[in-house]
Amino acid sequence: MTSPAASPSQPEQLAEATPQHNVQLLREMLRIRRFEERCVELYSATKIRGFLHLYIGEEAVAVGAMQALDPTDAMVTTYREHGHALARGMPASSIMAEMYGKVEGCSRGHGGSMHLFDVATRFYGGNAIVGGGLPLAVGLALADKLQGRSRVTACFFGEGAVAEGEFHESMNLAALWRLPVLFLCENNLYAMGTALARSESETDLTLKAASYELPAWPVDGMDVLAVQAAVRRAATLVRGGGGPCFVELRTYRFRAHSMYDPELYRTKDEVETWKRRDPIATFSARLIEKNALDSDGLARIEAEIGAEIDQAVAFAEAGTPEPVGELTRNVYREATP
Amino acid sequence: MSGPTTGERPATGTRIQLTYREALREALREALQRDRRVFLMGEDVGRYGGCFGVSKGLLEEFGPERIRDTPLSESAFVGAGIGAALGGMRPIVEIMTVNFSLLALDQIINNAATILHMSGGQFSVPLVIRMTTGAGRQLAAQHSHSLEGWYAHIPGIKVLAPATLEDARGMLWTALEDPNPVLLFEHGALYNLRGELATDAGPVDITGAAVRRPGSDVTLITYGGSLAKTLEAADALSAHGVQAEVIDLRTLRPLDEATILASVARTHRAVVVDEGWRSGSLAAEVSARIMEGAFWELDAPVARVCSAEVPIPYAKHLEDAALPQVAGIFDAARGVVTRGG
Repeated sequence: MTSPAASPSQPEQLAEATPQHNVQLLREMLRIRRFEERCVELYSATKIRGFLHLYIGEEAVAVGAMQALDPTDAMVTTYREHGHALARGMPASSIMAEMYGKVEGCSRGHGGSMHLFDVATRFYGGNAIVGGGLPLAVGLALADKLQGRSRVTACFFGEGAVAEGEFHESMNLAALWRLPVLFLCENNLYAMGTALARSESETDLTLKAASYELPAWPVDGMDVLAVQAAVRRAATLVRGGGGPCFVELRTYRFRAHSMYDPELYRTKDEVETWKRRDPIATFSARLIEKNALDSDGLARIEAEIGAEIDQAVAFAEAGTPEPVGELTRNVYREATP
Repeated sequence: MSGPTTGERPATGTRIQLTYREALREALREALQRDRRVFLMGEDVGRYGGCFGVSKGLLEEFGPERIRDTPLSESAFVGAGIGAALGGMRPIVEIMTVNFSLLALDQIINNAATILHMSGGQFSVPLVIRMTTGAGRQLAAQHSHSLEGWYAHIPGIKVLAPATLEDARGMLWTALEDPNPVLLFEHGALYNLRGELATDAGPVDITGAAVRRPGSDVTLITYGGSLAKTLEAADALSAHGVQAEVIDLRTLRPLDEATILASVARTHRAVVVDEGWRSGSLAAEVSARIMEGAFWELDAPVARVCSAEVPIPYAKHLEDAALPQVAGIFDAARGVVTRGG
């Protein structure tokens, strides 16, 4: 197995986009990072409970990929989805209130960290069954195809899902019916604590997708511009009626799997090696080097993000717990006459 | 809960002879004609005509976009049904048998049943899943089980069991209009059931149980493939001076407790007939509801007639011995009538 850490691809050229757009990409990545760092503090303070899966290290994937999506496109994602939700434009306040289990949360406090949902942005949830979201994405795309709409359904999942039958069934069905699904595989090398090479006989994931006749390519998931370019290329194919596409985003999770993980399965050296490729640090250095941003500008962005997160926390703190009398509401939807 | 219903509209039109299978097909045809959002998908529903022939001819009538043959990928096509429902369609997914539905349990239980509540009420799943259940055709232990009681355990889904031609014809449209995921269990031994149905038979309610035969001495509670056997047992009991009331549950979740309790309050005795295994069964649930809601009305303990606790065997005599049969229902009813009170 080749390590993406050992062989980073050439950075995508900066010149392709406007400086303002690039600064915006950095800002979005930083926003996810700072939001989650605050979540860790709030977890330690027992304000947030349950499982908390951090996206720290993988921010370039969500932010880069989101540039390829239209507001009317749909998203299906996983239990490690804070980054996707923020990048998609869901308010930080409603996400934070969800973590707090409050009615003002995006899922009324019924979902928590792993189950963010939002009808306004067509965000069909964090799915906490590995592979379980893929068939849903196939169905959303089928509905679009049957109704003659040229929308894309973006389906995020980790490389662990590749071992599930639902991955193979969904790849096949989407390709067979030429459905507009954008399969985005976030390969962070570990399914919880199990390394890819310890769970897959074939570790080149694009080969698996290609065997179902999907166009498939890998991209350096630590480079936001590379992700943006690769996913735009795939989304264009899908939107044009070419059927599903598969992009493998090679990335790395800097933090533990969840809050209960002593990380016995990887070395500190390995983590440190990957951290040298931190998508935020490397991209901000590039922007500063190209004079697209200076340290004052970066400090301003940090301050704005800090204020937004403060506001989100205040919103969540001030939120209301759902009355227990409402417990069984929404188990079934009442028929509308 | 609604009170007792017959589960059918007053028949005003002329009556024709047809089978349970044909009634199901007419229901599918009506749904496909009435709503452009409706489509059918599953294994061999198109060219083959359905593994039990239910969808025969529909491919020719409605085309391959709406009658979709799928690969043998239960999890993917059930999940795709859920996704398509979220995307504004009204899918009907056919799974060959309840045993095969186990390959799609993740999608049914973890997605279809949870998404409305887990999303804080934002996304509902208006999906119908049809599947065959039950034994009696010598198909052995991987095609014959009655797991609808398992599904009736799950909040977030509705579970239906049409036992009559009227319900086979009428439950589908009502289920499609329901904004929740609905599972429809067709008993395999009923497909060739022949009877009369009004030509203008249409949608029926899916909220209530039905009293299929009135009686005053004992309440026999059943559903699906056991209804005909239970009615036959009631006839035999009548010949012995015991008037049995027969309740067809029709909807296994949510249970129409009111109809059951009202009947037991009249007869003071109850037998539950369920093709599922007894341990942890739907029969156990019905029995417990009677205990909770009508204990002081009872003149005898509630009895149950269920399948023997074995994987359903192939050999005819063994299969027969494993399932609820008329004689067993008769004996159980006589037993509770001669006890107590």
